[in-house]
Amino acid sequence: MEHEAGHVIPYSTLVKVWAVLLALTAVLVFVSRVFHETLSVPAMLAITPLKAGLVFYFFMHLKYEGVLLKTMLFVALATLVIFLGLLFSDVLVRFG
Amino acid sequence: MSGPGPAAAAPHRDYQGAKIGMWLFVFTELILFGGLFLLYSAYRTKYPHEFHEGGQELNVVIGVANTIVLLTSSLTVAMSITAIQKGEKRRARILLAITLLLAAVFLVDKVVEWSAEIGRGIYPNGPELLKRPQGAIIFFGLYYTMTGLHGLHVLAGIGVLAVMLALLTKDRIRSDDYVKLENAGLYWHLVDVIWIFLLPLFYLAA
Repeated sequence: MEHEAGHVIPYSTLVKVWAVLLALTAVLVFVSRVFHETLSVPAMLAITPLKAGLVFYFFMHLKYEGVLLKTMLFVALATLVIFLGLLFSDVLVRFG
Repeated sequence: MSGPGPAAAAPHRDYQGAKIGMWLFVFTELILFGGLFLLYSAYRTKYPHEFHEGGQELNVVIGVANTIVLLTSSLTVAMSITAIQKGEKRRARILLAITLLLAAVFLVDKVVEWSAEIGRGIYPNGPELLKRPQGAIIFFGLYYTMTGLHGLHVLAGIGVLAVMLALLTKDRIRSDDYVKLENAGLYWHLVDVIWIFLLPLFYLAA
């Protein structure tokens, strides 16, 4: 009962996730150096949240957590996105 | 059933409660750094040119090296949790010790990096920085604030992980009671996630 959520993630899964994280970092650095005029910002906006997501999902065991925790995280992140939206509705009018 | 003896001796544990408590703390950290990221986005919109130039001055090699160091340390702490769950105590200790070592490497890199920048007069109120336009002063102000606050989290993480290593050694973290190590791991992964965002925003911003 006590360890109902204590899911054991195999070493091999963790190592694979780590390899993907390193590969994504390499792509991000490569794109930002070589295609910095065109692709750098889209790559950053796509790859960075993906990397963070992998850390949350596997390293932080989110994949094996219940609906409650996932919902709580969603609310926290949604709050940040709302702040970001409100901020840019202001910033783009002032400096845009 | 068994009387007060064994029941009273068994310490009260709440695995789910402990984890949810840690996650709530993680959320407050996300909002704390999130606020700083919002500040960064607003000023980057106002001073795109200065932020671009500021990013060019940062040491990308150290930035990327530290990313690899932190990602690897996240792996080792996650593996140490798997190890203790499987009852592999020695392996769990070794993996945690490697995590601590990598955390120390991160801070050493940080000292090397900051020393070079401070040596050039680029620091808040530094003589060289004050000659720059307002946008550059804000860029480096945010750089020192955000990587500095992150660095403090790394330092705190070293403290937390060192305590976990001691608890592992004393057998107070075991295959049937490891939520402390899991929560310390959650904190360490959070530190990693924040760095994942700091890398493109500062080092790759150019």
